[in-house]
Amino acid sequence: MLQAYLPVLVFLGIALGIGLVMLAIGLVFGRSGTDAEKLSPYECGFEPFEDSRMQFDVRYYLVAILFIIFDLEIAFLFPWAVALDSIGLAGLVAMGIFLTVLVVGFIYEWKKGALEWD
Amino acid sequence: MMGWLESIWQALSPLSQGVLISTAYIVPVVVVIILCVAYLTLAERKIIGAIQNRIGPNRVGPYGLLQPFADVLKLLLKQVVLPSRSNRFLFLVAPLLSIVPALAAWAVVPLFPGFVIADIDAGLLFVLALTSLGVYGVIIAGWATNSKYALLGAMRSAAQIVAYEIAMGFALVGVLMASRSLNLGAIVEAQAGGFLNWFLVPLFPLFIVYFIAGVAETNRAPFDVAEGESEIVAGFHVEYSGVAFAVFFLAEYANMILISALTAVMFMGGWESPFAGLNLGWLSAPGLHWLAVKVAFFLFCFLWFRATFPRYRYDQIMRLGWKVFIPITIVWIFVEGAMAIMAVGPWSSA
Repeated sequence: MLQAYLPVLVFLGIALGIGLVMLAIGLVFGRSGTDAEKLSPYECGFEPFEDSRMQFDVRYYLVAILFIIFDLEIAFLFPWAVALDSIGLAGLVAMGIFLTVLVVGFIYEWKKGALEWD
Repeated sequence: MMGWLESIWQALSPLSQGVLISTAYIVPVVVVIILCVAYLTLAERKIIGAIQNRIGPNRVGPYGLLQPFADVLKLLLKQVVLPSRSNRFLFLVAPLLSIVPALAAWAVVPLFPGFVIADIDAGLLFVLALTSLGVYGVIIAGWATNSKYALLGAMRSAAQIVAYEIAMGFALVGVLMASRSLNLGAIVEAQAGGFLNWFLVPLFPLFIVYFIAGVAETNRAPFDVAEGESEIVAGFHVEYSGVAFAVFFLAEYANMILISALTAVMFMGGWESPFAGLNLGWLSAPGLHWLAVKVAFFLFCFLWFRATFPRYRYDQIMRLGWKVFIPITIVWIFVEGAMAIMAVGPWSSA
């Protein structure tokens, strides 16, 4: 049964190989020789001041959290959708309740302004 | 000669036989994808040129047909600059993390009747997993570069990709409810028998959401704030040069082709003919030519959007993803479920 997955593994290997070969060609055949100015991070001609790994807006973090919740929800919906024939009305109602709970949560975060970017 | 080869073949273990057979299938597919990427870049410049009343590249070879090869050669010979403050290992791993999912997702795409590299029942799950992995390349590139523009671009791009990922996932749930299978080949076969049976018809809102989310997911115009050359110069790949940049570029275009192919497979019957059932020779026969026509159409849409629409503002992008697409898809899943139970019209596929 797992034999069907062998081509996937081989494909991942070949894709990685293509990337590695391209990078190797570039590093070997590309021009070399450099100076400090060339290697400094681009910042409109200034000397870069302070580290660039600075604090960032908390809303990005919020988006990541919301993403996890919704992506999990989708992961729950996948097997449900495939089995829709065999679970009938009861399955539909059960998923309806589950989705309703999530929609209530979605409305809450909408009203709280978690989705605002201004 | 043949007997000699055959004896070597027999001596191999089944595992290495399997690896060799898969490699024989995969290499031509990958070569075709990379050639498609090369000519997509030329098509982009030609088509956008035509839209803007310019000629586009026409110097290298007849009609500029050799231009992509000249570009590749140039990029291969350019210096790969490793910025002084960067984390060098991650800086070089990031392009690999972009290219691997963009290519490997093709393993489960059915190309013509009876041909798919890996005929696995978890096909759609695999696609969803790999398209989600693409975001790591962007994040790691932005962080490893250690430049302010790169970090800003990576944050924007990642938040945008994950927001649209949700809308895409919900649209896929709609496709699953109609096809009752995660196997992409089975999804295509569920749409057999002419264009009225395509999922495009019962799932029209999901089709629109899926394709637009696909444009946003690949960071293409008009959703390309991650690059935003007028404000953060080039976003996460600002410090990438030479072949390291080329790998990102290859991944972006391979992703465009992948999204087009997936949209064709899931909503427009993949390799099925729109005229199936009529007696029109090759026009009504299923095959690779129909998949190619559909993919070409979606790719043209990508280029057309880029030439037509001005760039969205970042808050508009997030609003479209969270407040428009997600509600539409949730509502349509409810509608589809109710219709399927009540066996109404085209929604009752069973």
